[in-house]
Amino acid sequence: MNTAPLLAVDGLGKAFDGLIANRDISFVVHHGEIIGLIGPNGAGKTTLFNCLAGFHTPTTGRIAFEGHDITGSTPEAAAALGIARTFQIVRVFQSMTARENVMVGAMLRNKRVAEARDRAEEELAFVGLSHRADTPASDLTVSEQKRLEVARALATEPKLILLDEVMAGLNPTEVREASALVHRIHQRGIASIIVEHVMEGIMPIAHRMLVLDYGAKIADGTPAEIAGNPAVIAAYLGE
Amino acid sequence: MTADILIQVLVSGLLIGLIYALVAVGLTLIFGVMDIVNFAHGEFLMLGMYASFWAFALFAIDPIVALPLTALLLFAVGVIVYQTVIRRILKAPMLSQIFATFGLMILLRGLAQFFWKPDHRLIPHSLVSGNIALGPVQFGLPQFVAALGAVGVTGALWMFLHRTRLGTALEATAIDREAATLMGIDGQKMFALAWGIGAACAGLAGGLIATFFPIFPEVGSNFILIAFVVVVLGGFGSVTGAFLAGIIVGLIEVLGGFLIGPEYKTAIVLSLLLVVLLVRPRGLLGKA
Amino acid sequence: MTTGTNSSRKMAGTAALLALAAVLPLAITEPSQQNFLILILMGAQMGVAWNIVGGYAGQVSLGHAVFYGIGAYSSTMLLTTLGLTPWIGALAGGLLAAVFALAMGWPCFRLKGHYFAMATIAVAEIMQILVTNSDALEGAVGLYLPMDRSGWGSLIFLSKLPYYYVILGLLVLTVLVSWAIERSHIGYYFRAIKDEPEAARALGVSLTRYKLIALSVSAFLTAMGGSFYAQKEMFIDPGSVFATTISIKIALIAILGGVGRLMGPVLGAVILITIEEYSRTLFGSTGSGTDMIIYAAMIILVAVFSPSGVLGLLGDLHRHWGRHLPGAKPDEVKTSTKEARP
Repeated sequence: MNTAPLLAVDGLGKAFDGLIANRDISFVVHHGEIIGLIGPNGAGKTTLFNCLAGFHTPTTGRIAFEGHDITGSTPEAAAALGIARTFQIVRVFQSMTARENVMVGAMLRNKRVAEARDRAEEELAFVGLSHRADTPASDLTVSEQKRLEVARALATEPKLILLDEVMAGLNPTEVREASALVHRIHQRGIASIIVEHVMEGIMPIAHRMLVLDYGAKIADGTPAEIAGNPAVIAAYLGE
Repeated sequence: MTADILIQVLVSGLLIGLIYALVAVGLTLIFGVMDIVNFAHGEFLMLGMYASFWAFALFAIDPIVALPLTALLLFAVGVIVYQTVIRRILKAPMLSQIFATFGLMILLRGLAQFFWKPDHRLIPHSLVSGNIALGPVQFGLPQFVAALGAVGVTGALWMFLHRTRLGTALEATAIDREAATLMGIDGQKMFALAWGIGAACAGLAGGLIATFFPIFPEVGSNFILIAFVVVVLGGFGSVTGAFLAGIIVGLIEVLGGFLIGPEYKTAIVLSLLLVVLLVRPRGLLGKA
Repeated sequence: MTTGTNSSRKMAGTAALLALAAVLPLAITEPSQQNFLILILMGAQMGVAWNIVGGYAGQVSLGHAVFYGIGAYSSTMLLTTLGLTPWIGALAGGLLAAVFALAMGWPCFRLKGHYFAMATIAVAEIMQILVTNSDALEGAVGLYLPMDRSGWGSLIFLSKLPYYYVILGLLVLTVLVSWAIERSHIGYYFRAIKDEPEAARALGVSLTRYKLIALSVSAFLTAMGGSFYAQKEMFIDPGSVFATTISIKIALIAILGGVGRLMGPVLGAVILITIEEYSRTLFGSTGSGTDMIIYAAMIILVAVFSPSGVLGLLGDLHRHWGRHLPGAKPDEVKTSTKEARP
């Protein structure tokens, strides 16, 4: 079992023209861990995601992935290194079928179309969308599109997956299915950081929770620890 | 190059630059309010020129006198274009939006060519004919009046946008459509208004230059590219930016043509476009 | 998403079309009519080449004439100054155009949508101005191709028939390249870049690299079309190969027929060239206005009602009618979540 952290974030800060979205955030993620990332709206969760996934360059601090400094890398480079992500507002490829969407992800590791198709079938089965493989992505429900994004991201064979509000807008059954899916991802040895507002979806499965407020990390511990943390409670109540 | 010649060149550049500013102001307004690039904007100018021509040819109305009519007419054209075509492509993919205004450009040119033939026409004598000499500098009275008109219209537009309720509502829609809607501003009406005003500005520019520029169906193509350069340099959505940029582009065009060669005028201006797009796409005063 | 029967039906259809195209000029022997067919094939070839970058990858170029002109001038200059056979000259022109595409694409692909389209217009116009004022290229006067030779070596013929088969061959080549791209990972990446560039990046797709591939391949093929034009017309000048009207025509052919569909531009060329040629004869001196009106109206209708062009319209109609035939399956319940992007 690998004990060195998969991801090490040290003093990360991100400012936009004077507005500080992230300040001095430090944490580690180990292989296969499920990390919940929570906090009130505007706390800087998506900004942090974008920094990790290469969409923003941090203003300060360092990000190390598997021991290598990846601060300021591009999204394409991050994907190649093994960091995958989904988007808060789904961005499935509308002109393609579900299967073709996932194939694009699979092609990162294998450019051959036939083999990418096979990989896509695997991931579609993994998220439970095999029966919709030939459906145009634009015809899928929101919940199906979110799962499609997950399948597509998984097809890139990541070591870390960043899930941005996969459970938003889902009914209780779908939330349970989403939690189960995250757990299955963990069982494959893939670490995940999940931004969520739906507490009942994330608390039961997360190994650790990170809590952000006003751009800074205010808590880092097990779900049980942060549930009783006064600072966390204040952050949510004070909103 | 003597000081006299330099001043002459600069004055010419300023005069033509103000016209460019007026053409671009309408284009930037439309983009600012609804993120649509109107490839047919040069055709609004062309229609303004023809409106002036026919007022003159059929009713002996001087183009300057006909200006308010031209403005109203083109305002109506702009609103009609919005209601018939643009409204339907507001939510369409950008490809469709480009194709729609593109198609409009070709349609209007084709209609002009069909109804009025490709011949070049001129308005021989208007109220404003002849030249003015101010010290070492000489310029045509029509050009001067046109430039004055451009300043006047741009100024009036600025006043409208920043000092009237309706204009402020339009600016608000440009800045944040959703917030404006939440405050009770009717987005559809604002869009139609933007198109009407945008077309009217281009039409006014056409009416102003009809006193000295040849009138023909394809005349829009002379101005649309330059208008794009002005809008990009000034910053998409900024009327003040378009005004300043128009003057700059006019100066660069005339100066560049003088220094390098008049046949390269357009190439110089277009190179400016590329430079701006690559170095600072949001231009002087545009929103990021 | 084509099933086995669907794609073999498509292949059979295309093969039939090719067979028809191959024998058509043997039945239609009148030179002006053969010329008409050649014009359609030329238009189709330009459109299919444009489609690679404009339709599949979604990078709308309104300045493609720059590649057409580079091709025409390159092969012609090589012919007149070095006596180089246009078969090689066309390849050289294609390579030059591809390199030019890389040089212009590298900075310009940072620009989004409208800005990129504007930049392409600017590049083409600047090139036209530079060539018009270039003494080495005979400027506005233009270049004449030497008429002292004829035959397959110099690609100059006395009858129209050989020209027909050369352009048909070039069209087939262009379609094959387009088809090969479409079914390879490159084609998938193109579509991903067109639909959701940021999501594509998150999946490891380098936007710049693939846009450059699209533009340079498209440029190469477009330039070859330009070389053919020169050989057929025996005369070129900046206005006939670099003009914005050419760029507009190229884009129009693809848009009308069906952007992003393999054979869309072929259909678009048939429609456009037919309108162009016949309105000219029908309406005499006002002809040029009328054909503009007709195809402008078509583009607007297509843009408003069917962004996937006439081919897309036909496809929708086909699916619609297919549902009302006996034995057709009922629609699945559509739970569409198409949202307008804010």
